[in-house]
Amino acid sequence: MNNLIGSDADSQRTLYPYVTGTSVVGIKYKDGILLAADMGGSYGSTLRYKTVERMKSVGKHSIIGASGEISDFQEIMRYLDELILYDNMWDDGNSFGPKEVHNYLTRVMYNRRNKFNPLWNSLVLGGVKNGQKYLGTVNMIGVHYEDNHVATGFGNHLSRPILRDEWHENLTFEEGVKLLEKCMRVLLYRDRSAVNKLQIAKITEEGVTISQPYSLKTFWNFAAFQNPTVGAEGSW
Amino acid sequence: MSKIAESVPPKGGFSFDLCKRNEMLVQKGLKQPSFLKTGTTIVGLVFKDGVILGADTRATEGPIVADKNCEKIHYMAPNIYCCGAGTAADTEAVTDMVSSQLKLHRFHTGRDSRVVTALTLLKSHLFSYQGHVSAALVLGGVDVTGPHLHTIYPHGSTDTLPFATMGSGSLAAMAVFESKYREGLSRDEGVTLVAEAICSGIFNDLGSGSNVDICVITKGEKEYLRNYMLPNPRTYVSEKGYSFSKKTEVLLTKITPLRELVEVIEGGDAMEE
Repeated sequence: MNNLIGSDADSQRTLYPYVTGTSVVGIKYKDGILLAADMGGSYGSTLRYKTVERMKSVGKHSIIGASGEISDFQEIMRYLDELILYDNMWDDGNSFGPKEVHNYLTRVMYNRRNKFNPLWNSLVLGGVKNGQKYLGTVNMIGVHYEDNHVATGFGNHLSRPILRDEWHENLTFEEGVKLLEKCMRVLLYRDRSAVNKLQIAKITEEGVTISQPYSLKTFWNFAAFQNPTVGAEGSW
Repeated sequence: MSKIAESVPPKGGFSFDLCKRNEMLVQKGLKQPSFLKTGTTIVGLVFKDGVILGADTRATEGPIVADKNCEKIHYMAPNIYCCGAGTAADTEAVTDMVSSQLKLHRFHTGRDSRVVTALTLLKSHLFSYQGHVSAALVLGGVDVTGPHLHTIYPHGSTDTLPFATMGSGSLAAMAVFESKYREGLSRDEGVTLVAEAICSGIFNDLGSGSNVDICVITKGEKEYLRNYMLPNPRTYVSEKGYSFSKKTEVLLTKITPLRELVEVIEGGDAMEE
């Protein structure tokens, strides 16, 4: 009966993503980590869901931002909630910091990839523990690294160049947010799956804050946009 | 009388027969030779008095850098220049061809060339080749109607923009433009911004590298700043120069000038007809 419908193996593997989130951008700043992500969930070329929270806190010390398949992100959150629960049950005064969570995620992602059944995500993991700031990323094939600024998807091409130029140690909170907004604005102009509704997440030694959704101001009034064919009637 | 099939002379235009043959060969497993691509970051920007074009100088052949310092800003007319990305031969040939056509047109009309003329000549040529001429261009210039900046894609579509980037480094350069461009920039601000955008491409894109070329075009004058910036100098150069290994014995140093084999006759016979 099994083989009439198709081989079991095929129906159990991830083949392509369906509902996807676009870039996440993260930077280290003076007091901790700042993450930014918009709230869009695209269904192919349709902007289907516009209030998807793609950043969540993990335990007391970390925050995760995800791009890629949203259902796989929800599954990852279940794994992480279970991980934190078991950690709490030890009740030993220790709690998992961002480094540990990042390592756990890396193992999960890499092992799933080896079984040809990946969790179709690119994740950003940031946090502060005992004064140590940590910002790392891991993607669906298991490539992982940490840096002062990370981005997923289109953010790598459009935001990393800006961050390489303008990031420096000891950004204040306001400077950090301004820098992230600059990156998100460029993504809004140039990434077709971006929506103008974003959240900024902040994590410091004190804890996690995820802002309310808000939108960025955009400028469309360049003279060349108003009248592109001036001097050449009939051209385009 | 039986009809003999005569070969009809081609009606002109590109014959796509060999394209079909190439596809067939690729399907059979032939590895197509890779084109010399210019990898590239090219940008253009309209400022208060005119147009500024910028380009990097790396030409790649697959993973190898074939030319460390090539020229990607091509001359079209005294008041029009064109940056080219894509296959180097295609950009070179198509800009040369349209440049000659523009010169003939100038003789014919007795007027300075307009940017839209170059635009139309380029786009009709590229469209008729259906994207097989792999040239992505940023065309800029100042004519009687004002400063103009256009992008031209290999299939023949065009855009008119206040700022534009093309090539593999276009996203890195566009990130700089989208965050820093505003209208009414002065010449120096514009040149700085263009240099920044090209540097962003050079350092963040593997297909672009080496130096920054800039061309500033204003009403009545143009400045071609070749190698405006050299942000990738060769840092490790030994001051001692070339040193022979200790075992080498220098026996004799003698410089012999080569003899001139050609005799130059002053006031010889004039060339025959």
